[in-house]
Amino acid sequence: MAITRVVMPKLSEQMETGKVIKWLKQEGDRIQGGDILAEIETDKADVEMEAFGAGVLRKILVPNGETAPVGSLIAVIAEPGEDIGALVAEPGGGAAAPAREAPPAGPAADVSRRPAAVPPQPRREDHAERQPAPEAGPTAPARPVAPAPAEPTAPAPAAEPGRVKASPLARKIAAQAGVDLRLIHGSGPAGRVVRRDVEAAAAAPTTAPVPAAAVAAGPEYEDRPLSQMRATIARRMPLSKGPVPHFYVSSEVDMDPAWALREQLNALEGQPKVSVNDLVVRACALALLEHPGVNASFQGESLRVWRRVHVGIAVALEDGLITPVLRDAHAKSLGQIAVESRDLAERARARKLRTQELSGATFSISNLGMYDVTEFSAIINPPEGAILAVGAVRQVPVVRDGGVGAGRRMMLTLSCDHRVMDGAMGARFLQDVRRLLEEPLRLLV
Amino acid sequence: MAVMTYREALNLALREEMRRDDRVFVIGEEVGLYEGAYKVTQGLLKEFGPRRIVDTPIAESGFTGVGIGAAMVGLRPVVEMMTFNFALLALDQIVNSAAKMNYMSGGQYPVPIVIRGPGGPAHQLAAQHSQSMESYFYHVPGLKVVRPSTPMDAKGLLKAAIRDDNPVIFIEAETLYSVKGEVSDDPDFVIPLGQAIVRREGTDATVVAYMGMMYRALEAAETLAAEGISIEVVDPRTLRPMDTETIIGSVRKTHRAVVVEAGAGFAGMGSEIAAFITEQAFDDLDAPVERVTGASAPMPYARNLEKAKTPTRERIVEAVRRVCYAANGSR
Repeated sequence: MAITRVVMPKLSEQMETGKVIKWLKQEGDRIQGGDILAEIETDKADVEMEAFGAGVLRKILVPNGETAPVGSLIAVIAEPGEDIGALVAEPGGGAAAPAREAPPAGPAADVSRRPAAVPPQPRREDHAERQPAPEAGPTAPARPVAPAPAEPTAPAPAAEPGRVKASPLARKIAAQAGVDLRLIHGSGPAGRVVRRDVEAAAAAPTTAPVPAAAVAAGPEYEDRPLSQMRATIARRMPLSKGPVPHFYVSSEVDMDPAWALREQLNALEGQPKVSVNDLVVRACALALLEHPGVNASFQGESLRVWRRVHVGIAVALEDGLITPVLRDAHAKSLGQIAVESRDLAERARARKLRTQELSGATFSISNLGMYDVTEFSAIINPPEGAILAVGAVRQVPVVRDGGVGAGRRMMLTLSCDHRVMDGAMGARFLQDVRRLLEEPLRLLV
Repeated sequence: MAVMTYREALNLALREEMRRDDRVFVIGEEVGLYEGAYKVTQGLLKEFGPRRIVDTPIAESGFTGVGIGAAMVGLRPVVEMMTFNFALLALDQIVNSAAKMNYMSGGQYPVPIVIRGPGGPAHQLAAQHSQSMESYFYHVPGLKVVRPSTPMDAKGLLKAAIRDDNPVIFIEAETLYSVKGEVSDDPDFVIPLGQAIVRREGTDATVVAYMGMMYRALEAAETLAAEGISIEVVDPRTLRPMDTETIIGSVRKTHRAVVVEAGAGFAGMGSEIAAFITEQAFDDLDAPVERVTGASAPMPYARNLEKAKTPTRERIVEAVRRVCYAANGSR
């Protein structure tokens, strides 16, 4: 039997270190190839790490929550009798394994050096599908059986709960488009979901089956399975709100000048229509150039200050939200921002964004103005250092030159990672955003 | 370019290579005075004489062994099987000597031999003379296996086979000898072994087929085009080494594949092609790879039963509809 070295997988080109979010197997557990060993967090996504070798998880070298460099040994899988002492005591313990390293002497020479992980797999993929089939062995984890819905809410003909029959291509496209395969009716043999089904679903997201309106005589409640997006949000938000110490600074912006400018701009023929949010994006991009400390990420031992501004723009969807990234916003004109952010939002609603358009933001903006929200606070999307919550532009009584008149006002609330910045830094940034919006010609130069 | 038959293209290839290299000679039954059972060696005895066009007794194992020995000492024999079904009598010579001699001698004895002749289903040649013989050979490491579908390929690939330093199994087809097509008359024109060709471009499914089945696939393409399904027909031409890259490239484009072969399907060429498509292009597949193969039965003599055993245009059309999840499919 071979000893399998479990190393920190390289899950993206830029990845240098990875964090073990959680081991899903414990020391002493029997492992089969394909079992999910742990959840790994990279800068981009959380990824499930699959085992290649089989045996017993003998030693975990990097505990939950710890970070390790790519290629370093983080666990060892071997049969109970095998000597793993030499491997575990290797120089540097978790240091990156040099390729020229001689195999350990003795009977344990047959050591697999394959990284114990699959290529990047977005965590949205159905967890259950990646488990080995239940009959694979007595040690396969029993999958909790979802409670049967009180009412048939989905047309899915699948006999096996959780398992969706889909062609490999359909699966790939669905993962890219963020489409939940479980909500799609498969048109292939035996209900197989094929490419055209995913494409149709991506093009018409609103056709997702909606539970029938509750009747008075019906059951008192309904347990809806989490959509993959909901599950991702549910998992990620506590990872922000828990470990990231948030603080908030708010400011009210006089939007009269910006409103007037926007009306003038939108009256121009042949020019893209500019939204209030586009003005805010542009103002933030310019202000972030002046306040690079806000455009920064906490790295544990250091702060990473980004030199480019990629703005994540939160887009509400039927069943969640998604944050497409407007890249290099600092280098784009207001018109460009308007065109690109509209395109991103439209494709986000159609679920046609590419995965690379969903990651890499250095700062985010969430705008609930269209819902007449006066003000709110947003949760930071790690590893970003801050997020700006934008309220509605309201007409309110304002004191002007000693009298009271009508004016347009908008509330901005900046959520800041206290590990990255302090109150004054956040406040100065917000002050500049406000100034840019109140003197909006600055947004055009 | 000249238009000629497949048979004439083979004859021209032999003639050019014999003129180019006096180590090349032809040996087999009826290749000289009778000028070949299918007239592939027509006129060669007259031009090259009995020293280089050698008539033999009816003894495949014997004359194949003579060819292998000649190749080991530096000649470049072309052994003709009157039909490739007869190569079964020479299987030990081909598999145990031709394929392995270079390996077992540590590279001292390459065997640059070509063994050629017709094979596969034809017209009422019955159980013993209709077999798709390639499957007996492409399993053997050390052999190259060629199945040329057109006159152009017949010439270009036979020349490449004669110039190759490895034993090459070159299986023609009775049904293709009279097919006409454009052929390069350049004596230096060769088609390298191991290169597939896209016979027809398409977007909805890849159909891999060679020899007569390639022509069936092109007919199926017309039927399917009328239904709005566009298929890409890929002809591997050389079965070993196989040009997997061209086939995978096509599947990555169309996302669906159908493999057609005249022989019985079990452990056939289609199995191998389906396997590497699944291994290399799994995430690009929108449907399982389908095989359209000959029935698992000896070839009947009766014409209607012969037709029933052999893949037809209709069966290819149905398989393509299935992988495309098209409405006319039988599922």
